[in-house]
Amino acid sequence: MANLQATTESKPVRVVLILSALTVLSLFLLLPLFGVFAEALRRGWEVFFAALTEDAAFSAIKLTLIAAGVSVPLNTLFGLSAAWLVTKYRFKGRALLISLIDLPFAVSPVIAGLVWIMIFGVKGWLPPAMMAEFLAPLATLAKQAAANESCGGLFEGIAGWLADPKIVFATPGIIIATVFVTFPFVARELIPLMESQGSGQEEAAVTLGASGWRIFWRVTLPNIKWGLLYGVLLCNARAMGEFGAVSVVSGHIRGQTNTLPLHIEVLYNEYQFSAAFACATLLALLALLTLGMKSLVGRISGHSAQE
Amino acid sequence: MSISIHSISKTFGTYKALEDVSLEVPNGSLTALLGPSGSGKTTLLRIVAGLEFADDGPGKVLFHGEDVSGIPAGRRGVGFVFQHYALFRHMTVAQNIAFGLSVLPRSKRPSRVEIRDRVHELLGLVKLEGLDKRRPHELSGGQRQRVALARALAIRPKVLLLDEPFGALDAKVRKDLRRWLRVFHDEIGLTTLFVTHDQEEALELSDQVVVMRNARIEQVGNPQEVYDHPRSPFVYEFLGNVNKLTEPNGNHRYIRPHELEVVFAAEYDPATDRLARIHHLFSAGPVATLSVRLNDGKFLEVEISRKQLDELALDTGDEVSIRVAGKASM
Repeated sequence: MANLQATTESKPVRVVLILSALTVLSLFLLLPLFGVFAEALRRGWEVFFAALTEDAAFSAIKLTLIAAGVSVPLNTLFGLSAAWLVTKYRFKGRALLISLIDLPFAVSPVIAGLVWIMIFGVKGWLPPAMMAEFLAPLATLAKQAAANESCGGLFEGIAGWLADPKIVFATPGIIIATVFVTFPFVARELIPLMESQGSGQEEAAVTLGASGWRIFWRVTLPNIKWGLLYGVLLCNARAMGEFGAVSVVSGHIRGQTNTLPLHIEVLYNEYQFSAAFACATLLALLALLTLGMKSLVGRISGHSAQE
Repeated sequence: MSISIHSISKTFGTYKALEDVSLEVPNGSLTALLGPSGSGKTTLLRIVAGLEFADDGPGKVLFHGEDVSGIPAGRRGVGFVFQHYALFRHMTVAQNIAFGLSVLPRSKRPSRVEIRDRVHELLGLVKLEGLDKRRPHELSGGQRQRVALARALAIRPKVLLLDEPFGALDAKVRKDLRRWLRVFHDEIGLTTLFVTHDQEEALELSDQVVVMRNARIEQVGNPQEVYDHPRSPFVYEFLGNVNKLTEPNGNHRYIRPHELEVVFAAEYDPATDRLARIHHLFSAGPVATLSVRLNDGKFLEVEISRKQLDELALDTGDEVSIRVAGKASM
């Protein structure tokens, strides 16, 4: 008993600290969360569902899913490769690579969006006209494929885009901006994990005759699976919720280039508060789901890390 | 399968880990690479394994006369046991041992039944029967080490390489496993090269001791040779306790604690002995160690048997006469 008292705070101090933590938690987290749901349902369930199924909302949800659906797998692949490279090998420029991976975190989301306009915009370094020229041979190929292949429709669509390649103020730009801002999540989660696990097991696998791919698949991957899942969850949450960078790059074309967060802003600016909050509940539910899965992963991985 | 190492050098950046090292490891022998941290022994072992490659130049590694210098670890047919075992955490003991066999190309891979039988055979060899379904974190240190050994042996390697195999174990387990390894080696007769910084381990276990220091080999020989006839002060000091005496003419003399004798002060012979007073007595063990203080203030360490200690009935503060066993002059 004496030991316990020697290393913890006295009772009054503990009470004050816990109360302050709970107050901050309630004020900044619970209250807004509660507020979102309360406002969303203020005018009843019908208005709530109408707001979610309306055309513009539907396109916004679809666009958000597309942006996340492309950026999360891409950044997972990138994160795995970068973490593997950085933790299993030593090479010149390694420290630089690690810093560069953190770059999207250091940059303001607005800048992260502006950069693409600066590159791909009409007055940019690679304006649509120039891009169309570069892509012209591919466009003709696609047109030919559209005529001959079975999935002609797909190739038609591709050919159409290649002829008039819109990047900013269109879906590709939104995808690029989302990929950029969610770049580091998986890598940052995996690098310390793999660093602490070391290369011992991989080296053992090498001496036993396994090839690089085998080693990754059977030795490395099972060891990092929980960290990887965690990183993917965070990456996804940010990809779906990103506002700043996407806002700059999208052009806010209603029904076409609004993601869910952008759509919520539009509704709010048009004084459609209940509709805005109704859409916001989707993001709030995503947040709760992410947190729930995160703590589940945490508990399971806590069980499996017993040595 | 013998191992021949010719003129191997290895530099990491500006740090020279190995400098022109050559060594012969006879077929079927158990050879120890012994030395302090930074002597290059682990680097040498890893180069033999193919986990590192020597610097460009004349250096090469031969297995039974065949040049394997350019062949990577996976294709050299070496069994490597790591200091911290490096067992696959998420696999069972059986899966760990079977790993080397399970990654063989289809054409060479044994059937599932054959792999299972081999795993059981190896578990029996390392005396771990019945533990096939356990996971590494459920095993003790000594058990994990034996699984690592079984895993390395599963692929029928040509040579066995061990990196400080007992370094992470308790002293008692270390001693037991050491004896077990010697018997095991005699049974399977595989050329074995192991790295250690523990001279007792090297002297007790190996057929051939390679003493290394500062990226070079200081001496090679069987345990008796290197202990009784060390070729340099470093080897002498590293292989056991040592007393260093400075003679009037400036020369250094080395004498081992057990090479000194203790007799009653009354028997002091000025021609051969030195008078000393017992400063400290340690007798809780197989031998008694005395720390004695000479008249000129220097300390000597003397080891005598417990029997002798009892016969002399010595205690701290007693005056005694120290002489070299065999009566050579001190």
